[in-house]
Amino acid sequence: MHSSDTADVVMRAEAISMVYPGTIALNEVDYRVYRGKVNVIIGENGAGKSTLMKILAGVQQPTSGRIFLNEEQVTFSSTRDAASRGVGMVHQELNLFGNLSVAENIFLGRERQRGLMPIDTAEQHRITAELMARLNQDIAPSELLSNLKVGQQQLVEIAKALADQADVLILDEPTSALSKTEIELLFEVIRDLTAQGVSIIYISHRLEELMAIGDHITILRDGNLQSEALIEAIDVPWIVREMLGSDPVTDFLKPGREFGEPVLEVRNLSLVSTTGLTLVDEVSLEVRAGEIVGVYGLMGAGRTELMECLLGLQRYQGEITLDGQSVHEGTSTSERIRRGMCLVPEDRKKNGIFPVSSVSNNMTISSLWRRLKHRFTIDEPAEDAAVNSAINTLSIKVSSPDIEIRALSGGNQQKVVIGRTLLTDPKMLLLDEPTRGIDIGAKGDVFDMMVSLSERGIGVLFSTSDLKEIMAVSDRILVMSGGRLTANVSRHDATESALVSASAQGL
Amino acid sequence: MNTPHNSTSSPASIMSKDNLLLLVLKMRTFIALFLILAFFTVMVPGFLEPSSLVIMVKHIAINAFLALGITFVIITAGIDLSIGAILGFCGMVAGWLITKGIVLPMLGIAIFPSIWLVVPMVLVIGGLIGALNGLLITRYNVAPFICTLGTMYIVRGAAMLLSGGETFTGLSGNPQLGNTGFELIGSARLLGLPYAIWMMFILAAVIAYIAKRTQFGRHVFAIGDNEHSAELSGVKVARVKVWVYTISGLCAALAGIVVSSQLVASHPATGIAFEMNAIAAVVLGGTSLAGGRGSIMGTLIGAFVIGILADGLVMMGVSEFWQMVVKGLVIIVAVIIDQKQSRLQHKAAIVKQK
Repeated sequence: MHSSDTADVVMRAEAISMVYPGTIALNEVDYRVYRGKVNVIIGENGAGKSTLMKILAGVQQPTSGRIFLNEEQVTFSSTRDAASRGVGMVHQELNLFGNLSVAENIFLGRERQRGLMPIDTAEQHRITAELMARLNQDIAPSELLSNLKVGQQQLVEIAKALADQADVLILDEPTSALSKTEIELLFEVIRDLTAQGVSIIYISHRLEELMAIGDHITILRDGNLQSEALIEAIDVPWIVREMLGSDPVTDFLKPGREFGEPVLEVRNLSLVSTTGLTLVDEVSLEVRAGEIVGVYGLMGAGRTELMECLLGLQRYQGEITLDGQSVHEGTSTSERIRRGMCLVPEDRKKNGIFPVSSVSNNMTISSLWRRLKHRFTIDEPAEDAAVNSAINTLSIKVSSPDIEIRALSGGNQQKVVIGRTLLTDPKMLLLDEPTRGIDIGAKGDVFDMMVSLSERGIGVLFSTSDLKEIMAVSDRILVMSGGRLTANVSRHDATESALVSASAQGL
Repeated sequence: MNTPHNSTSSPASIMSKDNLLLLVLKMRTFIALFLILAFFTVMVPGFLEPSSLVIMVKHIAINAFLALGITFVIITAGIDLSIGAILGFCGMVAGWLITKGIVLPMLGIAIFPSIWLVVPMVLVIGGLIGALNGLLITRYNVAPFICTLGTMYIVRGAAMLLSGGETFTGLSGNPQLGNTGFELIGSARLLGLPYAIWMMFILAAVIAYIAKRTQFGRHVFAIGDNEHSAELSGVKVARVKVWVYTISGLCAALAGIVVSSQLVASHPATGIAFEMNAIAAVVLGGTSLAGGRGSIMGTLIGAFVIGILADGLVMMGVSEFWQMVVKGLVIIVAVIIDQKQSRLQHKAAIVKQK
């Protein structure tokens, strides 16, 4: 490190480590934030960038390592503590209240109020108006938050951080929910702020954006600092290379795989949300028996919505053919499951498990109709046999099938959810981000299982935002961006940088 | 499903303190029942006389019908406040059909259906009111609390309107009209026990069977546990919910028939605040108001605890005002214990998993 650098460095982390039971999230990472610049940080899911940001913002404390702010060593015991020292963070999910005004949102929890006096609304509105002027926004302090567009709400979050006199502002994937014009607006605000001397840490997966707005880039890989560079000196392929490393991708597929007839055919599938946004735009695709098709895309690319349409959870336009037979738009989810289509949903906690039900009940809920006596009573011996065989084939670690599923680890919970789909005896298996939030070992198990199912002639369509995963288990790769399919390539023809640029098309 | 009396501790493991505590907590409704029985046996002379026990269980049966019906609703994380009103209304409909008949003005005649028709008609009406609740809740997204609060007032008002607030008396029917026998539902006995008690046990068995052994029962638990997941797993959430409220209405109608038959009269204000007793029995039985967790046996025992407590205090000569205080305390303590059990159970499951 050159001594001349330190003058420009507003915040510095030295040898930060974060150790969780069983995993090292950060390993002796040195990180520098340059004053008045946009400091971009990037890495794959699980590379440790959110952990690092949480440490810098005081959300959690590191296992070891030191943090310096303006060359003075600091420890943040809480986010409030960090905020009082000038470090603010805007999280990806907005923490705002729709039924409160803009000013009330900004001052929530630190209202201008003394003793038994009422809140000093005039003062709060004055400060809010100043902040809005600083952000070049024409938003009235008394405006109800729910009346604002998402982009404007994001700016209110930023104003909230600025109200604390933030010197360092961390933006976690700020553009994932924004439209193109809103992104432009946000970039203008960011440029204004850096001109005012605010240092920005910017996290995003959208490489084009990083190139447009960033000054410095830091790349994390598997909990280690990989490299640091000036944006002007580098290009997109370099970033992809640094991010993924050059180690060969693990290959879960045997050579010479053969596919049968198409199991799933989709023609011109479109989904328009109630607010008029096109979430899925004229998507056509085909999955053949025994084929694994991976859908790559960033958050908000429309992958989840596509899967929900396929399972009949949304009202879409377009044609779906399953195993040669047309599926009507009005066909219910349970009927689609009976006809052989099944989904492992994205958010396991929210949409996947039944937390206080037993492992066994979790597993059989979708396929009870297959195990009935006299079309009414559940055939319990058959049920037990099915559950036990699924526990064995998926090697689920569970002391007894009667245990509540929430006592299991994330990976084992996910296997139970996968087991649920298998017990319906599917022809077409949909998996939405099946490896999110599970450990490396369980990931491998999930992939092995997908491959062995495909070898039994089941069509598999899975989605992920992880490039290595998509290269490891797909026969064919589709890329989605802004609701449209922007690439459809066989795995052998796919290159990582081509996939990355396809995933940013039309943004 | 957590039945309050199923011990899941593995025989191999030595009973640790936590495990023992958990077992005690799981069986708490049973233990409470025994404690209350023991207490009153000592305090009230002749408490265990068969005749007084039978009267007590007869009282319990009415609350048990309602509580058994509403258990499914509560397991789906819903609530049904209209059951007391449905009970009153259905009693009034039965009274109307027996004393006034179905009047056909254009023909100038009134048809008096036999009891074998009156009872099914009343049950269907109760079920339809429940189904209406279910439809409003699923189709128009009305919160169950508000929806059933609304139907509670409507149905109670309708009951009053049926007679202008008067009581229908003389429900034993008229031999010339061929509609006698209604009072037998409340007074007749089989093997020495009143019909109402047999009906309570049969209903409990049927509902417990549905809960444990049918697809419908599993779907009810799944919806209460996680409605999103249920939808994605192919559970027809709306349809199941409509049925759940229908069952609740049906059970309330059954209770209404039994009450008016026992009194051989129907009064439109019968059943006011009965829903509260039913909810208390369900909660006491270990069913969580947050949904997904509950047991039918628990509800039945809960109804017994509440009923014995009420009648026992009366026999002891405790004032009605103190009875209310005691009942309230018992309910709150039960919920606190339920929270404790659920935490301990989670802990025990994690330990067992490791």
